[in-house]
Amino acid sequence: MNKAQRLVQTNFRKVRIQSVSLRFGLVYSALFISSAVMFLSFVWWGTIGLLDQRVRHSIALDAHALLTEWTREGILGLENLISNRLAQDIDDNAIYLLSAPDGKLLAGNLAHWPVRLDPALSWQTLPVLRDGQLNLAQVRIWTLQGDYHLLIGRDISERTQIQRMLTDAMLWTCLMVGLLAVGGGWIVRTLFRRIIHSINRTTLAITQGDMSRRIPVSGTGDELDDVALTINQMLDRITRLMDGVKQVSNSIAHDLRTPIARARAELEDASSSATSEQALRAAIDQAVINLDNVTGICEALLRIAQIEAGTRRSAFAIFDLATTLRDIAELYEAVADDHDLKLQTDLPAHLPFWGDQAMFQQALANILDNAIKFSPPHGSISLSAWILPSTTAHEREQAGTIRITVVDCGIGMNEADLARAAERFFRAERARHTPGSGLGLALVQAIVELHGGTLRLSHNNPGLAVTIDVPAIHDFHD
Amino acid sequence: MRVLLIEDDQTVRNFVAKGLSEAGHLVEQAADGKQGLALACQDKFDVIILDRMLPGGVEGLHILETLRREGNLTPVLLLSALADVDEKVAGLKAGGDDYVSKPFSFSELQARLEALVRRNRNEAQPLTKLTVGDLEIDLLSRSVRRGGQKIDLQPREFRLLEFLMRHTGQVVTRTMLLEGVWDYHFDPQTNVIDVHISRLRQKIDKPFEHALVHTVRNAGYMLQE
Repeated sequence: MNKAQRLVQTNFRKVRIQSVSLRFGLVYSALFISSAVMFLSFVWWGTIGLLDQRVRHSIALDAHALLTEWTREGILGLENLISNRLAQDIDDNAIYLLSAPDGKLLAGNLAHWPVRLDPALSWQTLPVLRDGQLNLAQVRIWTLQGDYHLLIGRDISERTQIQRMLTDAMLWTCLMVGLLAVGGGWIVRTLFRRIIHSINRTTLAITQGDMSRRIPVSGTGDELDDVALTINQMLDRITRLMDGVKQVSNSIAHDLRTPIARARAELEDASSSATSEQALRAAIDQAVINLDNVTGICEALLRIAQIEAGTRRSAFAIFDLATTLRDIAELYEAVADDHDLKLQTDLPAHLPFWGDQAMFQQALANILDNAIKFSPPHGSISLSAWILPSTTAHEREQAGTIRITVVDCGIGMNEADLARAAERFFRAERARHTPGSGLGLALVQAIVELHGGTLRLSHNNPGLAVTIDVPAIHDFHD
Repeated sequence: MRVLLIEDDQTVRNFVAKGLSEAGHLVEQAADGKQGLALACQDKFDVIILDRMLPGGVEGLHILETLRREGNLTPVLLLSALADVDEKVAGLKAGGDDYVSKPFSFSELQARLEALVRRNRNEAQPLTKLTVGDLEIDLLSRSVRRGGQKIDLQPREFRLLEFLMRHTGQVVTRTMLLEGVWDYHFDPQTNVIDVHISRLRQKIDKPFEHALVHTVRNAGYMLQE
């Protein structure tokens, strides 16, 4: 392959690769044209073949009759029959010629033997001059006893006409089909381009930072709409995540700055104005507490992020959730007691569960921490868990749902707070003065979601009801 | 006791070395992995404090694995900024005995170091009885007596007391108690441990003349005569 050829080929390839829609259109046209050509070729060959066959058949019949006459009546009878046949030839396509051994023409409708006759062949197609007209004819020659020659043929100019007509039709059809194919290909290409371009424009705009753009949906519910809807949903989710990240980074900036600022202020103040070693130590200790707080927030954030990423399933195992809940309740019962609160439990003997036990301990600890923190003295907190009776057939196939509730009689939350309580760093107005980072419920939410469950907060009038629904597994005690 | 401290950050290294020296321990220091590994192989130490991410191409876990492969069973406390649960598991799997994540408080580190060394020494003889002053617990019958008087404890209170008695004269931090007694590995917001200690005090200290459970400021608790 020389250089120029290679160049042409690479260019050709480049053109093909550059436009998918063009390629699509071309492939469409090629398919269309080739199928049309194939179809017409069949018609062409079928028709011509049939006509040929009929001509040969009729010549063979003629020959049979003439040769029978010749054996019966001799040469004179044959001459008469040929004359009769010619007289009765309504279609005016029969060709006969009978010649004597000396070459003298005895009967027939030809003035002389056809010029291009090849005596060696039996069947042949050749131009024959008849009544002053040169027409294509199919002929066959028989040599009779006594060196008489008989030629029987049929004028096939009609076949030629049909052939020409068919060829014309085919050419025209090819032309039409070609036009249609190119037109159709162009339309397909345009449609294709429009969709691709609308997706392309939208994604390009998004790449450049305009997250509000969406791919237009035609509303016909076709596959293209499906693609557009899926992409739009993906964009919605990305937007939500980005908003989340933005909000979280703002909160991080704020919630980490506060304890850092406090520590800094205390240290600076102590450095410039502390009069005794004791005051200095107190300031430093306070600063350390504030820094520990910063560490705590960082760790909680990392943990939430890690759990939300769904990569922390390595510690998943089967364990008895009822025992875990009882142990946690036992740990917090003393604390509740200390706050003059009563912690009641209503737990079944066993609750087989597939998950991360340490995470569930943490989640429950966070919820109980909150319940104790926000309950006035002499109240009560109840922790219960049970398996929800399955209602649908689908649920019966599954092992059901474990519901865990923690209900307190504390200060509760208003509607707006309930909706936002599980957000990172969210702290209700009434909780601002209590210690805490606003990450507790966010962590609970992440843990519950990792286990394929849901976290719901609702009113207990007064107080708060925390409901966790997680999928159960079949009893391993069976 | 003799402590080998392998830590690349100079501030942290000086801080830990100074604190341990003041507590009466002998501290050898190494600033990178190579030197640390050489020291650990040459000398006999009671405990090794090992940072995980070290300069000089020899990583903390590599040192640990090398030591263990050579049959060196010196207790190793990993000190690392890698605070992940998975990282902790990896550290303990490699042969570490305890894991403290940065940032840390010195009292936590010291308490854990002492507990580690003590555990290492005590492992040989299984105990059936623990005694501190006039307080005595029987690990087989799970009974508690003080001054000849029987004290009734809940199972969890018994385990809390047992843990404190096994670490008599040592500071135990709240985290150590939460891990050792309850097997919980998270940081509760409220003073859960304090409440349980105060309940235990009600039973074993209140009716008697002098207290055995002492609060150590900024660190934790200590059971001592």
